[in-house]
Amino acid sequence: MDMLGKYKTCVAARSTSSEILKSSQDGGIVTQMFIYALEEGIIDGAIVAGPGDEPWKPKPMVATTPEEILAARGTRYNISPNMAVIKESVRKYGLDKVGIVGTPCQMQALRKAQLYPVGMRYVTDKIALAMGIFCMENFSYQSMKQIVEDHCNVDLHSLKKTDIGKGKYWAYTNRGAVSQIPLKVTHKYEQPGCHVCLDYVANMGDISTGSVGSPDGWSTVFVRSTNGDNIWKKAVEAGVFEVKAIDSVKPGLDLVTKLATEKITKNQKELEHRAKMGVNKGLRNPYI
Amino acid sequence: MSNKITLGHVHMSGCIGCCVSIADTYGGLFTLLDNYADLVYSLTLVDVRHIPKMDVALVEGSVCLQDELSIEEIKETRERATVVVALGGCSAYGNITRFSRGGQFNQPQHESYVPISKLIDVDVYIPGCAPNPEVIRNVAVMAYLLLKGNDAQKKLATAYLAPLMALAKDGSRIESDSEACGCDIMLKVINQGLCMGCGTCAASCPVFAISMEYGKPNIDREMCIKCGACYSSCPRSFFSFDVCGDYENILGAITAAMNPGGN
Ligand SMILES: Cc1cc2nc3c(=O)[nH]c(=O)nc-3n(C[C@H](O)[C@H](O)[C@H](O)COP(=O)(O)OP(=O)(O)OC[C@H]3O[C@@H](n4cnc5c(N)ncnc54)[C@H](O)[C@@H]3O)c2cc1C
Ligand code: SF4
Ligand code: SF4
Ligand code: SF4
Repeated sequence: MDMLGKYKTCVAARSTSSEILKSSQDGGIVTQMFIYALEEGIIDGAIVAGPGDEPWKPKPMVATTPEEILAARGTRYNISPNMAVIKESVRKYGLDKVGIVGTPCQMQALRKAQLYPVGMRYVTDKIALAMGIFCMENFSYQSMKQIVEDHCNVDLHSLKKTDIGKGKYWAYTNRGAVSQIPLKVTHKYEQPGCHVCLDYVANMGDISTGSVGSPDGWSTVFVRSTNGDNIWKKAVEAGVFEVKAIDSVKPGLDLVTKLATEKITKNQKELEHRAKMGVNKGLRNPYI
Repeated sequence: MSNKITLGHVHMSGCIGCCVSIADTYGGLFTLLDNYADLVYSLTLVDVRHIPKMDVALVEGSVCLQDELSIEEIKETRERATVVVALGGCSAYGNITRFSRGGQFNQPQHESYVPISKLIDVDVYIPGCAPNPEVIRNVAVMAYLLLKGNDAQKKLATAYLAPLMALAKDGSRIESDSEACGCDIMLKVINQGLCMGCGTCAASCPVFAISMEYGKPNIDREMCIKCGACYSSCPRSFFSFDVCGDYENILGAITAAMNPGGN
């Protein structure tokens, strides 16, 4: 299996806007890309994980202004069903050119919807820019609450940022404290459906991005589709990104490949295990 | 053009909304009819009175067991069509006709309705109430490539159609009820440890019976009309890396086929 998917270029990059970088998760690639695309008329709105009704609970929303896109910055380590508003984005919001950000599984959902649209009339030909984000696993809201509040001892209301990296789960508070726990502790809280996931770096995004491979404050970016390539080139030309060759940064692509291989190998084993879970019977495999 | 396939629309107990969806490919329908398919039967659109031989039959609606003519017609369709497609939720899964139970004038005895796969073998399912114009177009182009294309095109069409054929095969099993319901999301996805909370099911439901609560689908089963959209759109019902991973080429090929002049 191709661990990193098809791509045209891979670089390390970050937004040139200090305003965006102020609270983006990594290099602000997603936020910058959407704001640039909105201003250039490449999209007329984007589906993002906006602020929800509880602290750190994302709410899928259709953002049509730079302010709304900015408000969705940062990773929420719990489920944001971004695909749920895809029909709404062209109906209620009347978008013709839809941007959408999502985890690898959400990019899969999107491409399946484009090839086999069901209950998606006149939606799937309006997808103008799909931004995939790398993803090792996700958590339910309750899991995240338990990890942050019970294990990291941080109140969700005072949480500024969470991050997974270097084998640890990190929680940063608004008043500057840092708390970390070994990732091992978080394993039991993972969303079970993530254990059959065979994609780490959002192989089906037009452009996909994550933190792994690049230094802090920078992002690793894969430019994948022809559409993604066109938009990326224009954005770089317009000066909204600072770009470095991926082999000039540490730890670089080797680490990305290593983590992707680990994820996919582990989850392929899980699929094999599921196939023989019972006595002479097993669980369903969706990958036909 | 003799190289076209022949296509028919067979109207059983349906609402003609599936037929409208065929027409809602707008200019695409003309391209289809100009280049790839002759519409040889459709009571709504063509003055041909009896079901002729055809390559592909798009069957809309379920079958009333108390209406002999309709049973005869579905059997004739199977005899005369090379490929039978259940078009839309009613034909594939019964959909709203699942709730029929007779007792209305002028045929109070017309009470039992079954998806067509209860009476004949079906080759391809196109779920949805209404089915999407885009997927009807995709299936029509793929059927053309399957029947008239070169080896590479046949291979592509087979891979594309495989999951829709698998749904039909499932429905056509003698012991199957060809049932669809919001419950599928529970039984076949969440209960199987496969749901990852993407929300596609909620977007695809035509009656907003699905809401996402803390990242998981919650199904209001009183609202559900049993159309099968949620399960078939779920990326954890069926997913082919080969086909979906090649989305750029496939969508490009379909767009090119629908735009032969290149304008
Ligand atoms: C569950 C999860 C797991 C991840 N795992 C990894 C990993 O293992 N390795 C890695 O390198 N990167 C991982 N990432 C990606 C990384 O955390 C950043 O999201 C990514 O680098 C983008 O950063 P940015 O600065 O470009 O984006 P920003 O400009 O900060 O924008 C982030 C965008 O992501 C959207 N978003 C936030 N939370 C979610 C969510 N839960 N679901 C969908 N969209 C969301 C926001 O709406 C926003 O538009 C993960 C992200 C998520 C959500
Ligand atoms: S691990 Fe896979 S299934 Fe889970 S959220 Fe990430 S991309 Fe989706
Ligand atoms: S829940 Fe909605 S999409 Fe699913 S079968 Fe019922 S009506 Fe159809
Ligand atoms: S579409 Fe499937 S995987 Fe996505 S939320 Fe619905 S049931 Fe879960």
